[in-house]
Amino acid sequence: MSVLEISGLRAGIAEREILKGIDLTVSSGEVHAVMGPNGSGKSTLAHVLMGRPGYEVRAGSARLDGQELLGLPTWRRAHAGLFLAMQYPVEVPGVSLEDALEETFVARGGGRGQVAELLQVEAERIGFRRQLLTRPLNVEFSGGEKKFNETLQLGVLRPRFAVLDEIDSGLDIDALRAVSRRIEAATSESDLGVLAITHYSRILHELRPDVVHVLSQGRIVVSGGPELAQELERTGYAAYGALEAPTEHAEAPPLLEDPFADPLA
Amino acid sequence: MSPFPADAASNLSGPPWLRARRAAAFERFQASDLPTEAEEVWRYSRIDELDLDAYSPLGAGAGVVVMDHAGLGRELPPALQAVAVAVGERAGLVVVHNGKVVRTELEPTLAERGVMLGSLVDDDASGEGLVGSVTDVPDAFVDLNTAFMADVVTVRVPRGVAVERPVLVLHWVDAVGGAVFPRLVVQAGEASQVSVVDHVASPAGLAAFVVPVVELDAGDAANVAYVGMQELGRRVWQVGYQASRVGRDAMLGSVLVALGGEYARVATDSRLLGLGGTSRLRALYFGDGAQMHDFRTLQDHDAPKTTSDLLFKGAVEDESRAVYSGLIRIRKGAAGTNAFQTNRNLVLGEGAHADSVPNLEIEENDVKCSHASAVGPIDEEQRYYLEARGLPPEAAERLIVLGFFEEILDDIHITGLHEPLRQAVAAKLETGPKLETAPSGTATA
Repeated sequence: MSVLEISGLRAGIAEREILKGIDLTVSSGEVHAVMGPNGSGKSTLAHVLMGRPGYEVRAGSARLDGQELLGLPTWRRAHAGLFLAMQYPVEVPGVSLEDALEETFVARGGGRGQVAELLQVEAERIGFRRQLLTRPLNVEFSGGEKKFNETLQLGVLRPRFAVLDEIDSGLDIDALRAVSRRIEAATSESDLGVLAITHYSRILHELRPDVVHVLSQGRIVVSGGPELAQELERTGYAAYGALEAPTEHAEAPPLLEDPFADPLA
Repeated sequence: MSPFPADAASNLSGPPWLRARRAAAFERFQASDLPTEAEEVWRYSRIDELDLDAYSPLGAGAGVVVMDHAGLGRELPPALQAVAVAVGERAGLVVVHNGKVVRTELEPTLAERGVMLGSLVDDDASGEGLVGSVTDVPDAFVDLNTAFMADVVTVRVPRGVAVERPVLVLHWVDAVGGAVFPRLVVQAGEASQVSVVDHVASPAGLAAFVVPVVELDAGDAANVAYVGMQELGRRVWQVGYQASRVGRDAMLGSVLVALGGEYARVATDSRLLGLGGTSRLRALYFGDGAQMHDFRTLQDHDAPKTTSDLLFKGAVEDESRAVYSGLIRIRKGAAGTNAFQTNRNLVLGEGAHADSVPNLEIEENDVKCSHASAVGPIDEEQRYYLEARGLPPEAAERLIVLGFFEEILDDIHITGLHEPLRQAVAAKLETGPKLETAPSGTATA
């Protein structure tokens, strides 16, 4: 049993404080949703946890089983068991997924030559087109394919905690289900703890959270059970200091030729 | 006044026409000045530092270095052997020692079909029209090459003959303080096909001056693929020139790889002279330590519906420098032409520097042209993405740099060369002293 414990976290960019004191504890096997309007600090939370350059931590801590993450370089946070599924996965020309993950396995002290098979297995599980495995990382992938690729890597790397930064954006409902099923399976198979950051409540119908937190203006203003997400759908964020409602994501067009095509594209 | 004595040129062997050619070039060289950095095409270069007095031409006679070529004819130095192994099956091999051909092999079936490979010095008049047929004389160094070329390596493929496996030309430069003048002429007849790997290396620590000239002639509908690999030692200066002529519906592919040298320059001049001809020009260069790589390119369109596509990618780290300067010229009458020119540079250290200067000169209306250049560090987003997946910074950087060059490797159709080149690039990224202290390899002088 592992614990990711965030306490008193204050962070921002340059002079601007965006997170104004976050307290949040996720245990193995749990799914927590962090919801909030645009600009509430959701993505900042994700990147501060992973250590993206440019963010400055002013106070607080983020401990994974007691180990402080915030002082570690990004790659060591990954080795400690943290995974971030990015909202905008970056294209890395000329670099294959297999080569990249091999480096991680080697750096973690594992041997070479395990990644290829794991990729095949994971691709099969979520229905990721195998041809995409040999393409350079994310290059010319659709938005949906990129999110599948993030999920695939989560499956191969088997982290202890995964932060999902808007993993639902760009996915049609079938793809969203496939991604959600895989993450849900990880919570029971390998006791993955999940922090799902989302603007929309749509993913929460698929990835049923144990706890829902509402983030507004850099603070968690309310936490509750799954019923909180449903309430937000009706009443919007207004009661929590924001004007915007967590609208249902527009449904994907009914007949997509490519099931992974980005409906926003 | 040249430090190179006239008799060093006139004592070189060869048929009368070649000796006359050398003498004329020597006269022109004597009468001309060496270029200076004040000239646009030498701007940003290190040519003002060149001290010709520090080098001596090779051959027979006073003031020259006399070489024994016998050893290399029997056994290749490890650096060349590695290239031969990587290339694998080949159509032919020429070993060139300090500019002199010491070994030639050609598949007998190709010889029967009229393919000719080897030294022109032993040839009669048939080579007269060949040498210099493609080159322009952009500067005194091409004259210097012509005056002092000990040999001319020729690859001649008759009309309609396809040489499927590569021809390998391996140069070994190991004359201490030597000035070496390799000359290669590839002539592909109408509708023929040939690929040539032209590799030059020298022992670590050796100081020398290499002035290679390469002439590539792709006849109508011919397909010529050229790979030029430069892995000279870190104290070698190179001032090279590559000229190509592309005929009607012909295809020329050239990939230059520059990893070695102290100051290593190649000027390329690709002329599209026949309707529908295409040249596809690529380069991969990577400097470290105090190296400098210098590329000047000309894509010269002189026929309608021609295409040139240039992509040069380089990296600089430590205190190294790189220069790319290129011109697309579209002459009157070259309507329907497509010309693309892209230069991208990764700057991997605060002390490293790259210049990139693309240029267009268009005299025709109905054309499609683009040029782009970029100089910058590794993309922070890419680095963060990989590190978030658990790659340590050195591994992330290595993969990103290798990935950056991968599209150039894709253009090297001899896939056996890919892995050694990846390893050579990766070796550059490893931290450690970048100085060569002791010579290594097989020196047969």
